[in-house]
Amino acid sequence: MSGLLRICTAGSVDDGKSTLIGRLLHDSQSVYEDQVHSVKAASKNRGVGVIDFSLFTDGLKAEREQGITIDVAYRYFATARRKFILADTPGHEQYTRNMATGASTADVAILLVDAQQGVKVQSRRHARIASLLGIKDFVLAVNKMDLVDFDREIFEGITDEFEEILAGANFHAIPMSALGGDNVITKSDRTPWFNGSSLLDFLETVQVTRDLTALPFRFPVQLVMRPDREFRGYAGQIASGSVRIGDRLTTWPSGRSAHVKRIVTYDGELDLAYAPMSVTLVLDDEIDISRGDTLTAEPPHVGTQFEAEVVWMDERPLDPARVYLLKHTTRTVTAEVSHALLMNQIATVTVSTARPLVFDKYETNRITGSFILVDPATQFTAGAGMITNPVRDDAPVAAVAPVSAAERLALMARRAGSDAEAVEAVRKALEELLT
Amino acid sequence: MLDPAVAVMPRLDHLRALEAESIHILRELVAEFERPVMLYSIGKDSSVMLRLAQKAFFPGPIPFPLLHVDTTYKFREMIEFRDEMATAVGARLIVHTNEEAISDGTQPFAVGTQRCCGLLKTKALLDALQAGNFDAAIGGARRDEERSRAKERVFSVRDANGQWDPKRQRPELWNLLNAKLQPGESIRVFPLSNWTEIDVWQYIHVEKIPIVPLYYAKDREVIVRGNSLIVQEQPFVVTMPGEQPQVLKCRMRSLGCSPCTGAIRSEADTVPKIIEELISTRQSERQLRIIDHDQDASMEMKKREGYF
Ligand SMILES: Nc1nc2c(ncn2[C@@H]2O[C@H](COP(=O)(O)OP(=O)(O)O)[C@@H](O)[C@H]2O)c(=O)[nH]1
Repeated sequence: MSGLLRICTAGSVDDGKSTLIGRLLHDSQSVYEDQVHSVKAASKNRGVGVIDFSLFTDGLKAEREQGITIDVAYRYFATARRKFILADTPGHEQYTRNMATGASTADVAILLVDAQQGVKVQSRRHARIASLLGIKDFVLAVNKMDLVDFDREIFEGITDEFEEILAGANFHAIPMSALGGDNVITKSDRTPWFNGSSLLDFLETVQVTRDLTALPFRFPVQLVMRPDREFRGYAGQIASGSVRIGDRLTTWPSGRSAHVKRIVTYDGELDLAYAPMSVTLVLDDEIDISRGDTLTAEPPHVGTQFEAEVVWMDERPLDPARVYLLKHTTRTVTAEVSHALLMNQIATVTVSTARPLVFDKYETNRITGSFILVDPATQFTAGAGMITNPVRDDAPVAAVAPVSAAERLALMARRAGSDAEAVEAVRKALEELLT
Repeated sequence: MLDPAVAVMPRLDHLRALEAESIHILRELVAEFERPVMLYSIGKDSSVMLRLAQKAFFPGPIPFPLLHVDTTYKFREMIEFRDEMATAVGARLIVHTNEEAISDGTQPFAVGTQRCCGLLKTKALLDALQAGNFDAAIGGARRDEERSRAKERVFSVRDANGQWDPKRQRPELWNLLNAKLQPGESIRVFPLSNWTEIDVWQYIHVEKIPIVPLYYAKDREVIVRGNSLIVQEQPFVVTMPGEQPQVLKCRMRSLGCSPCTGAIRSEADTVPKIIEELISTRQSERQLRIIDHDQDASMEMKKREGYF
């Protein structure tokens, strides 16, 4: 079992998300006593009875004044069995962006539904975003069961609806009262008809479907280490799979190969390394490798065009006439996107990049299948993308130079957002052509 | 093509997973910025960061200098430890003090803790970053420390005045860190974002990382004041009528300036005992730092002004 489980939560405003998280932290004793005191005092000021559990999670001052959570907040708790990182993703109008952020690193999503109100349009949307971001394990927390007398039929009606929405995913439905603590940490005797496990029990034991080490080896190079003349190593974090001394690896996009000579770490050399370790690889042949290249054992997709689902997160709409910076693994390139998008919109688009990317489909690999789009005018992280399909599934090497060198240079210069960018793009392209 | 040996690959335990993530963050930082600097506060989190930096760039040296913002009110043992560590890891150490404020007589009892921190920590830090022309500063803050930190990004942008705008935070997805800045902006980088206090201690234990001896319980001369034990190292600490120094077995849970950092009664003189004590006593570490209690949401105020 993994020692670390990453969770995200989703629900509409007032479904009880903050209360639930506050209770998880409080009851699993991850809230410190002085925080309890200050929250008790604040609860009094706001005229709320006993403890307002939601105050453990509502962070920034402005948010407290408005009584609403507006940004992703990360929470940490641990039990004897597991350690948890929980992304609390608020459900107001920014929720698409916040949910995408929280879900991007999560293994499990907790979807909250208010038992009195049933499945809302928003609930469907949350489920869809979480699925889109690659979550395969869900908890459906049907909350405020105390307000419907812990009625079994209401619970089952909501569960059935979700069965359809989440077709294909694993999900565990729990009748719950976050306020009363029913089925949060321990099973409640107010739901004798419920045979499943409590929320915490489930989280402690769930076997996450994703296993990074079973995927093909992918190693995006972060840094070339040259501390002295003798040593030349490639530092990075293994995105997926594993690597052994003697393995034959190919560097992309150039397509040149060499064998692994050493796997270097501060704690000594290894014979075997696997995801998500951070290591430094030394190869037996001096092939040219730089930051942004990816080492693999089996060929990945290499290309300058692909289809992707893009979530737009900036107030300034996505403009297909503009050039964006695209960061994918450790490589940043300029890119154009086929369609316009408004904030919080999600759509399938075609992305064209000035230089080739080394990628997989997002559904098979979250690290090599994801990218962000940065607006060069503001440097804001404006979009998040998940690659669904390569557009030209050419042989990897052929994809590098589909047009003549002169054409490529002209194209790049045209695509650039400014003169400085154009000069830089052409310089990089020339470097690439000449090496 | 599934290698059966691969299918049964062990999983990284949670400390190694956190370590790998932090190393990734440090390497991204060094790849993307020209003049990074590590804020070295001498505390346990800094000790862990230093080890992670050694690991991230091995077999090379740590490729950035360490910056200590010295208020001149740190414990003597901290300064000794700082100088030893810098030599041991072979990193360049920059020490910066707001000399002007010190010669104006700035100290917490004269000007109040808020103004004292503002001048000796926040202003000194911003001045030092500017003087060194640093474009990125690495800090040891953790999201579990305090509520406003829970929403902090790993790569966190500061405006031209070094200030933080919680409303303009960039979304941070997957492990993709946006290092692009507009003119005048700078960045704070928090490689320990996802670590908890217990993780830090467990890591110190398994890695045998050296820490300042003040963290270990021993007999010390203190003044008992409410819940805090005040170690009298500075000449200007005011003794209230009836207060008598007494010898108690105690330790520091977090290290700050000696006038403003209380000790706790403790028998924990080893790392495992400290971990045990943490799990059983359960009081958050900042409680003993007087500064955070000045006003509601005071940490958020300080962060907005440019404090780490
Ligand atoms: N009766 C009842 N009220 C609840 C329950 N969970 C939350 N609430 C209340 O619903 C309101 C909204 O809860 P909150 O946690 O702030 O919702 P959020 O907006 O989803 O974070 C608060 O007044 C809570 O006290 C529950 O299980 N039963």
